[in-house]
Amino acid sequence: MIFGVDVASMLLGGVAAGMVLFIVSVGLSVTMGLMGFVNLAHGGFAMLGGYAIALAMRHWGIGFVAALVFGFVVTAAVSAVLERLLYARLYGASELDQVLFTIGLVFMTIASVTLVIGPENQPLALPRILQGQVNLGFTHYRTYSIVLIVIGIVIVGGLWLAFERTRMGAQIRAAVDNRRMAESLGINIARLFTLTFAFGSGMAALGGGLGAEFLGLDPQYALKYLVYFLIVVAVGGLGRVTGVFYAALLIGVLDFVLKKYMPQGGTAFIYGLTILLLLWRPQGLFGAKSA
Amino acid sequence: MTRPAPGWADHPAALALAGRHRPRAWEPIPWILALAFYFVFPKHLGFGTEVLVTILFAISLDLVLGYAGIVTLGQAAFFGAGAYTVGMLAKHGIWNEPITGLILAALVAAAVGFGSGLVLLRTQGLTLLMLTLCTMALLEEAANLAHDYTGGFDGLDSLPIAPLFGRFEFNPLYPKTQYLYVLAVLFLCFVFVRTLVYSPFGQSLTGIRENMLRMHAVGAPVRRRLVLCYTLSAAIAGAAGGIWAQANAYVNLGTLGLDRAATVLIILVLGGYGRLYGAFIGAIAYMALSHFLSKVYPTAWQLGLGFLLVVIALFARNGILGIAEAAMRRFQSVRAPS
Repeated sequence: MIFGVDVASMLLGGVAAGMVLFIVSVGLSVTMGLMGFVNLAHGGFAMLGGYAIALAMRHWGIGFVAALVFGFVVTAAVSAVLERLLYARLYGASELDQVLFTIGLVFMTIASVTLVIGPENQPLALPRILQGQVNLGFTHYRTYSIVLIVIGIVIVGGLWLAFERTRMGAQIRAAVDNRRMAESLGINIARLFTLTFAFGSGMAALGGGLGAEFLGLDPQYALKYLVYFLIVVAVGGLGRVTGVFYAALLIGVLDFVLKKYMPQGGTAFIYGLTILLLLWRPQGLFGAKSA
Repeated sequence: MTRPAPGWADHPAALALAGRHRPRAWEPIPWILALAFYFVFPKHLGFGTEVLVTILFAISLDLVLGYAGIVTLGQAAFFGAGAYTVGMLAKHGIWNEPITGLILAALVAAAVGFGSGLVLLRTQGLTLLMLTLCTMALLEEAANLAHDYTGGFDGLDSLPIAPLFGRFEFNPLYPKTQYLYVLAVLFLCFVFVRTLVYSPFGQSLTGIRENMLRMHAVGAPVRRRLVLCYTLSAAIAGAAGGIWAQANAYVNLGTLGLDRAATVLIILVLGGYGRLYGAFIGAIAYMALSHFLSKVYPTAWQLGLGFLLVVIALFARNGILGIAEAAMRRFQSVRAPS
């Protein structure tokens, strides 16, 4: 019985971390799937959002939820401007140019955040309701983790509905599967992409704010977790919301369990597993064959 | 089959193609400058050695990225493999003769390159990028975990490297021997790579970069060529890593990190990839700038570097050499009509 409770609480922690991974990575997956753009600056948007949220709460004294909305809007606006001005010039370019461009953006983000705000970790104080423990019947567990899981489920449900049931979702799915065909049917890909890009970056900002509690928030954030976000996208498959969701949960739980039982080699295990998986299925676990 | 028109071999295009590989008049200049550096700046030989090693590493990347068109973020895996080969052999008292040690480092790195290339090069695009990144991260973690052999996070220092030819000591404070040794190795590797890229093999690599489908269609063994190129490049990167470990008498986890892989990529792109001498220009420009700026204004340096990358990706895809070539061409076309 004690063992069962242990397993359950470990799973809950891993699932909560996985939800944050999902919220950050889902935008990356869709933009990569839509335009084939290798956007290594995505972690930078998550970091920017996290900073906006933490600073707004500290300096303006606004609530957590209001700050999350603020972070989403600011990051989405910034990324939309960047997309129109700079990203759009590189859609036809080689992968190498895209990689260089986005690495350059990451460097600039890290440096400007260090210059303007400072190199130290920014604490993000959760509201009192979210601190402490909640009684789940069989065990007590951290309220915030449960809240994260609920938020994650709501978001994945909402995104799934938006993807499967709305006109725009259908357009995105069509464009991911076959961009040329979608374009010849009159779908305005450029506009669609700007909107998805901005929305995806906004989601990353939410993830940056929601995850700041255990991922921290310092200028190196943009590079430190980038490999994790990329692994989630590569494993989940490009442009698949549900694929990214399962992949994020898988990586979140694996990471949590391995950190507990193999604190030394846990990360190596995840890298090794990713290599094997991508060799077996280059398009990711849930990706379409032709991706 | 139609016979080519008489005199075809004198056609300018034929002459240009047949003479592509011949050394140009200016090509000895970099080597003369490198030798002159040895006599003019005896106090800065440590920095000079670092630059030469970086050039060697960038050339290895140029072979896979510039010629074969394999976009990799994991080139430091081979640099680290070479460095740790030298480091572990010397630290545990197994082998510390520099030249054979360097050959061993290149062989080990080549083995890593061959093994990973054999499986990784079946993929393309984002998957390939991720796989090279993960392979490097895996090696880094492995080196971190096996701290009994690799020194873990602290690395291995004061490596007892034997004197070169049994006579010339490696003195970390006054690196005269290192400088000439690295210069000689760089020259040999450069001649090898230069011969390689102008050979039919090199031509087929360029063909694969430009149009892989067509190379398949004309019956070229695309994958075998790519794996061979990847292996050779890994060997050169391993030699660069090995010689770095010998010159500095230490190795650490930084030799395997994403930082090093990204830096060498930036250097190559800054100079201009796919053109051999881009590695030289890029390494000198980058190292000189970072030598003076990064210690005084580390944050401003990172900001400027990021800005530079964005500008290169958007406007100057062929780097410094590309800009110079474009300027030359414009200059010539202005002069030509008169």
